[in-house]
Amino acid sequence: MNCSEADVLINALLDGELDAGHASDVEAHVASCHDCADKLASLRAVRVAMASAGLKEMAPAALRDRIERALPAASASPAGAPASIARRAAPWRLNRRVFAGGFAVGTALSAAVAATLLVAVVRDDRDQKIASEVVSAHLRSLQPGHLTDVETSDQHTVKPWFNGKLDVAPPVIDLTAEGFTLIGGRLDDIDGETAAALVYRRRHHVINLFVARHPGGEHARGGSEIHHGFNVRHWTDGGLDFWAVSDINAGELDEFCKKFTAAAHPAPSS
Amino acid sequence: MLDRTQQISAASWKAERDIMSADADPDRARRFRDAALPHLDDVYTLAHYLMRNQADAEDAVQECYLRALRHFDSYRGPEIKPWLLAILRNVCKTEFARQSERPVAIERSDDHAPVEPPAWQEAQSSPEVELLRRHDAETIRRLIAALPPQFREAIVLRDINNLSYRQIAEVADLPVGTVMSRLARARSMLRAAWNAEEEPKP
Ligand SMILES: [Zn+2]
Repeated sequence: MNCSEADVLINALLDGELDAGHASDVEAHVASCHDCADKLASLRAVRVAMASAGLKEMAPAALRDRIERALPAASASPAGAPASIARRAAPWRLNRRVFAGGFAVGTALSAAVAATLLVAVVRDDRDQKIASEVVSAHLRSLQPGHLTDVETSDQHTVKPWFNGKLDVAPPVIDLTAEGFTLIGGRLDDIDGETAAALVYRRRHHVINLFVARHPGGEHARGGSEIHHGFNVRHWTDGGLDFWAVSDINAGELDEFCKKFTAAAHPAPSS
Repeated sequence: MLDRTQQISAASWKAERDIMSADADPDRARRFRDAALPHLDDVYTLAHYLMRNQADAEDAVQECYLRALRHFDSYRGPEIKPWLLAILRNVCKTEFARQSERPVAIERSDDHAPVEPPAWQEAQSSPEVELLRRHDAETIRRLIAALPPQFREAIVLRDINNLSYRQIAEVADLPVGTVMSRLARARSMLRAAWNAEEEPKP
């Protein structure tokens, strides 16, 4: 990745709009490029400043009243909720220091670069909804007695257990030697579909790896994000969607995902 | 000015009359209220930054809601907010086009006069800090208002209305890649303009 590509993608990274693969590409570039690291810090500062400036407007109460009156139901149900009288947003708090530092005035951005790169890398809104479902399923699994339906560290026991329960055969991979112990599996529900949940343990942390059939016809999706303090990773491989969720740190979860996918493709060539 | 006011009032009045006559279904109107009114602040915010004065912004929002109700039957999307914002955007574009046809354009450069915050705000701050903060908030608003429309729109939708890239693409009827490059450019311009404010070259 060069600086021109990174220039556009840094914004998407900051907005949480990049899939996992491109996010790590940009992060790798930023880690090795002083200019782009400065730019990321500077853009982050601009965003913080804007967020703290209270720029969102409240519709004037008179306008709200006018619109409500213009809607037929307003007269039909006079007991309806009164127009909420909005007060201006909280006093804004900009720390002037956030604007310290800088990047080049009038940074040249290539629209062509953006157009060709981004269509494929920006994630779906659907992913955000699913990510929150994945975290909910993870939280449910942590309730007493809910973690596993089949409890064993033997991958050859877990894999056949899913037979007939799902329309897909999830890869079940023991990663004990890699520091992630398979402790079992269960059936769960993601986005209205039955999914396999493979349960791993890292020290005292639980990792749920959800596997479901990838809906056909869509571009390969992927993502990396934090929901309610849990790290979530999503990738698509061999017609299956994978979501890994845990409270272990992002680096360890990335390591888990890499080890899992590497083990799922045991014969790497070139 | 009179001419403009009359046109807007006439348009709004006609729209209201259309609704009253065409909308015999109170359930439909109630569904519209429940779905659309929670987004009024977001719609008004975009109108505020696009029109850059309160009277025009209010007119645009009202027209947006009237149009949205009229076309509520054709609304099929999963999310109503981008749909409403797209209508608002079209209302504003139409209004800009209409204004530019008139021989004398309204001077807008001073429309964004800062509003003094109430005295009770930030009472714990020192006057110097308070002055600095107020100055900075006003500066950001002014710099956003000074961005060219397509960049202003991108930054308002993303950084103030918190839309995703795909939602912005839907609102502005653009490819996601274009949204991305506009947003990146808008932030660069904003940052550069701020730097120019802070350290004027001799
Ligand atoms: Zn670079």
